[in-house]
Amino acid sequence: MKKVFGRPKSLKYAKFHYCPGCGHSVAHRIICEVIDELNIADRTIGVCPAGCAVIAYNYFDVDMIEAAHGRGCAVATGLKRVIPDRVIFSYQGDGDLAAIGTAETFHAANRGENFTIIFINNAVYGMTGGQMAPTTLLEQISTTTPPGRLARLDGYPIHVSELLAQLPGTVYVERCAVNSPVNINRTKKALKKAFQYQMDHDFGLTLIEILSQCPTNWKMSPIEACRWINEVMVKEFPLGIIKDITTEESFSCS
Amino acid sequence: MSGNHAIGEAAIRAGCRFYAGYPITPQNELTEYMAEHMRKVPGGTFIQAESEIAAINMVLGASAAGARAMTSSSSPGIALKQEGISFLACDELPAVIVNIMRGGPGLGNIAPSQGDYFQATRGGGHGDYRTPVLAPAQVQELADLTMDAFDLADRYRTPVVILADGMMGQMMEPVTFKTPPPRVYDESYALRGKGTGKSRFIRGLILDPIRMEEHNWKLFRKYQVISQQEVRYETHRTEDAQMVIVAYGTAARIGKGAVKRLREMGFAVGLFRPITLWPFPFQPLRAIAERVKKFIVFEMSTGQMLEDVKLALEGNAEIEFYGRPGGVIPTPAELAKVIAYQAKRNEK
Repeated sequence: MKKVFGRPKSLKYAKFHYCPGCGHSVAHRIICEVIDELNIADRTIGVCPAGCAVIAYNYFDVDMIEAAHGRGCAVATGLKRVIPDRVIFSYQGDGDLAAIGTAETFHAANRGENFTIIFINNAVYGMTGGQMAPTTLLEQISTTTPPGRLARLDGYPIHVSELLAQLPGTVYVERCAVNSPVNINRTKKALKKAFQYQMDHDFGLTLIEILSQCPTNWKMSPIEACRWINEVMVKEFPLGIIKDITTEESFSCS
Repeated sequence: MSGNHAIGEAAIRAGCRFYAGYPITPQNELTEYMAEHMRKVPGGTFIQAESEIAAINMVLGASAAGARAMTSSSSPGIALKQEGISFLACDELPAVIVNIMRGGPGLGNIAPSQGDYFQATRGGGHGDYRTPVLAPAQVQELADLTMDAFDLADRYRTPVVILADGMMGQMMEPVTFKTPPPRVYDESYALRGKGTGKSRFIRGLILDPIRMEEHNWKLFRKYQVISQQEVRYETHRTEDAQMVIVAYGTAARIGKGAVKRLREMGFAVGLFRPITLWPFPFQPLRAIAERVKKFIVFEMSTGQMLEDVKLALEGNAEIEFYGRPGGVIPTPAELAKVIAYQAKRNEK
């Protein structure tokens, strides 16, 4: 019988600790599929965040290092500058990337560091129990915005990808989601493109934002959570390519 | 050559190939030296980071990739780096952190001070760890200890702190650079992709308390070895001394000047200078206390090393303290006058 589906080689044979219906496990899986398809498991190094994916090194069968909360892009910068021929990705959540790690992220992008940020946006602090994240939607209820997020008190949801796309150092920024088979396939394609760009060039940050369902903290069933992304979240964070200058001459490998 | 430049040159000669820093006085000349010279070194990286926090975390990444890496700052900036230093200690990654101290607390000022002794010698960041702390008192020693710091960091896989102050950083003195020994380190921890082997990870999170405890004791055993093997100190005219000044860094230089003056005045005074502040030279100081019964601790702070001296002497000798915090640099004459006054008062 022909085998048509299996565990990616780069995904360790370990049980995910993520909640049922969580988007992290899907994101992990497709990253591993991309690593396998590009045949780069031997030279890929991942940076884990603080957050639900803090023990991602238990799942990715590549070299991994854990960064302090928010410092993923600084650690990735140090790694990439020392070993520029390796593929480096920093896996970070919304609180990690866009609150405590804003400066590290912004400046790594501004320097055009040649690594890939995989930005998991679930509009909430997952691991700590559902507090407001920088990307929490207006009126969204969290444990620290019990009446719903109010712009006047809590600020607005931050559009990280759009902000970073403004910087000349970013070359490819796309917002994807892992809530449906169609979106999962698009995410995988985007990840592959980002990794391929990184391998072919020596300058330019690539950023893939992934809208990811968090049924536990959204207090929804997994199906409701997937639907909420389509019906509510994408209105604030529209899917699609935000910036792509990967084919422009000025960014080709010199 | 200025102290700051000497550190930079010594680091590059010692094989440092990654430097990340952020401007802060009085250590800017070091960052600028690295900016100019690290770019000329094949495989060398200089990054002006967006913050002290980013700089130390870049160093962590570079160290994880196997490079000799360094960052530098001054007191308020070193406070910001403590998060990363704690992670380096937990991850057991080598790195060199230079603190050119200035007056504090708060933004303080930019004058030389020794107010960061507690921060440097007690770990500094969160959690149960220590870092070796080297305290030079001449520009030559700054250069030598910078090279030694990289060796210590590799040998024990630990962040190492060089603790100097604005005077040491800015002062110019002749320097001869020694030939550093070739780098010897266990490359197996470095992350460069798993290649054909098994994947590895470096982590600062150990959720299981029993395993975290094991890791704490493992670090502790390493610190015990460092405490036994890496103690450094200098004695100056202590052989026939009846009084001994205990001081480090810039304060020890002033102390040396005071010893000369006091000897001329007829007082039998010597100087004990810890070179490693952690591990503190407890035993050598205790040995001197078998004969000498009076010690004067002199610091450019309100008294921090004083606590270690008290621990070392265990009540076996009389201890006086003289301190000038806030960036004030007393002259040797001032210190000599104070000590002479105290000595005469005690005679009465």
